[in-house]
Amino acid sequence: MLNYLIRRVLYAIPILLGVNLLTFALFFMVNTPDDMARIHLGAKHVTADAISRWKSEHGYDKPLFFNDAATGVAKAADTLFVEKSLKLFALDFGAADDGRDIAREIKTRMWPSLAIALPTFLIGLLAYISFALLLVFFRGTRLDTAGVVLCVALMSISGLFYVIGGQYLMGKLWHWFPISGYQPGLDAWKFLLMPVLVSVVASIGDSSRFYRALFYEEIAKDYVRTARAKGLSELRVLFRHVLGNAMIPILTGVVVVLPRLFMGSLIIESFFGIPGLGSYTIDAIQAQDFAIVRSMVFLGSLLYIFGLVLTDISYTLVDPRVRLE
Amino acid sequence: MIKPVLLWSDALILLLLWSVVGLVWLARNNEALRGPWRQVMRNPVGAGTALILAVYVGIGLLDSLHYVERLPDQPGREAQYSGEVRSALDWVLTPLRENVEKTYSAPFAIQLYAKETMKGPEGGEIRDFPRLKHGGAHLADADKDFWPDVLLRGGLGMLGGLVLWLVVFPLWQRGSEGDLVAPVVSAKNKSPLTPLLERGGLASAFAWTLLAILLLAGLLVALAPYYHVLGTDKVGQDVLYLSLKSIRTGLLIGSLTTLVMLPFALSLGIAAGYFGGRIDDVIQYLYTTLNSIPGVLLIAAAVLVVQVQIEAHAELFNTAAARSDVRLLALCGILGVTGWTGLARLLRAEALKLRELEFVQAARAFGVGHGRILLRHLLPNVMHLVLITVVLDFSGLVLAEAVLSYVGVGVDPGMISFGNMINGARLELAREPVVWWQLAAAFLFMFVLVLAANLFADQVREALDPKSSGRK
Repeated sequence: MLNYLIRRVLYAIPILLGVNLLTFALFFMVNTPDDMARIHLGAKHVTADAISRWKSEHGYDKPLFFNDAATGVAKAADTLFVEKSLKLFALDFGAADDGRDIAREIKTRMWPSLAIALPTFLIGLLAYISFALLLVFFRGTRLDTAGVVLCVALMSISGLFYVIGGQYLMGKLWHWFPISGYQPGLDAWKFLLMPVLVSVVASIGDSSRFYRALFYEEIAKDYVRTARAKGLSELRVLFRHVLGNAMIPILTGVVVVLPRLFMGSLIIESFFGIPGLGSYTIDAIQAQDFAIVRSMVFLGSLLYIFGLVLTDISYTLVDPRVRLE
Repeated sequence: MIKPVLLWSDALILLLLWSVVGLVWLARNNEALRGPWRQVMRNPVGAGTALILAVYVGIGLLDSLHYVERLPDQPGREAQYSGEVRSALDWVLTPLRENVEKTYSAPFAIQLYAKETMKGPEGGEIRDFPRLKHGGAHLADADKDFWPDVLLRGGLGMLGGLVLWLVVFPLWQRGSEGDLVAPVVSAKNKSPLTPLLERGGLASAFAWTLLAILLLAGLLVALAPYYHVLGTDKVGQDVLYLSLKSIRTGLLIGSLTTLVMLPFALSLGIAAGYFGGRIDDVIQYLYTTLNSIPGVLLIAAAVLVVQVQIEAHAELFNTAAARSDVRLLALCGILGVTGWTGLARLLRAEALKLRELEFVQAARAFGVGHGRILLRHLLPNVMHLVLITVVLDFSGLVLAEAVLSYVGVGVDPGMISFGNMINGARLELAREPVVWWQLAAAFLFMFVLVLAANLFADQVREALDPKSSGRK
């Protein structure tokens, strides 16, 4: 197990390095720091002086990979690539283009994100799997057909519709919840309920259909026939045997997203005014603050790889045949 | 006088269309290829949704024939052309395009949404809702004439649609006899229509869908020049016009992205599975790296970069249409380059399985080269996976456009698209009375397209996926 973990961590390094190089290429080579300075200064104030001043203020006044001016190790170390990209490995995110410390923002903003994403994830998973099991229980009947049609219809509706519609109905028309906003502490639930509800409903079509297909595949297998032949009730077959055996494909899709819950959801958070990491990112995209976007890309990749490792570990918990060697 | 303009996206659409037609031509005599498609078209759902998709594609193609108008000649100067690029669809929808009001107006409204200060009948100033410049402007007495006029025009339009259906459908039915759609007409029945509609199944699904489309088209043709059937937006543009124009953008994103994605997915996926070893490692590394970056962020990052580059080289684009066109293509390219990993992984697994099968082993034993094995033996055997993925992805991409435009990394803000329509209207729900029609129109047009695409994709998968046959 320990060996396996070490190998996975080592394997993650080249991937993260690749992500790093890719974002570096995008943000520093295709798009030079000069371009960046021009955007932030605005068309009126672009002069050679202003650009170089902006670059030195924000620490972009270094060569990309090789610093000819420096000597020794500093030749390779005192460069943009090391300063802006490699430092991310130490979780040193540096400052945003507006001067604020990105790491501190992440620390304060991840809690609201988590407060939305975690309940959404748990309630959603429960709802989708139960709905799918219900459809499978009534398979071949009109109810099953109607359920599938409903799923296809629901997944054909734009996600924005759920958000806008939910806000309009529950917020404006029925006055159940405040339309948007957030409050730390226990009062937060008022602000959290609607976004959670909306995001659960928004992907019910897609996910339920996915799980239904998964259970369908499982239910055609021999062990299910054996279980029925031995006289087990349909409910027991479904919950104990089918659900249990479908755990591996379910976990494959589910565990990998777990760590990324920290990063929140771009759309939901910005629509509902939740001060989480999702809205932080979207604000950064709209303000073209590349320092933040770069940090979030790296953080996202890191969490994804962490999720992959968690997935492998979770296999050993649900399936005794899987051993990590 | 007009001069045709070929935007980059138009050229790519033509290329796509041409290759689809070419593939169909090549496959027309191949029973193994025709069989599944016949199965799709024989299914009521498949046939009906194919028709709806065809209507959307038709509108999109019409909107892809661009031209500029020649300005009136001035003596002693070369011919000048307007800077505004129009399409054949614009020409068809001229009344809709030109009936611009001052601001919002509700569907079928004859008055503006907002009050204005006007001259009263007895002099002096009053504040009231002014009459629209175009919507219902032909009515002398709006209160009395409105309903009779709408009903009369609507009725006539639908009647026209019905007549067209009665003429077109039997003709079409006769034309395609014995081919793709086997007619259920037997010699005993006098009218070719009756048995079709009674028996249910394929022909009736086709017939009813066609009838619905023609009735709707008749209704719109009769009413749209005189009323704003779906209202007007903030700057007074007809929402029906905007919705129809948005279709091309949605279709482009759905199809061109595929065009970009396929070469990557096909070459890398099959190569990884077939060759294995080092090559497999490198390709797996590539897609794990791409996969590990959060999708929206990678797209956002790339679009931001492209945006900056387009702004920096503004002199390369002489019209606004050309600029937004390049941005749209860039978006498709980015979606394609970031989106090939899923299909590549599927293809890799399939190629891994196929390369151990007897026919590939035999080919290798006969000394057939790698390139030939890949092209002649592997590629045709993974095509079903490719097709299924392409149709399944299409609807997701149409929906993604709306979300990306909302985030600010979608198509050019000046381009008419579902995302921009939604974006422009979502804050207006807070108004009193609510401005709902623009949102509703965008969501409805998108819903019909995506629903049809999803249902069609299901049928294609059912027909092509060997795993799904026999399972119901």
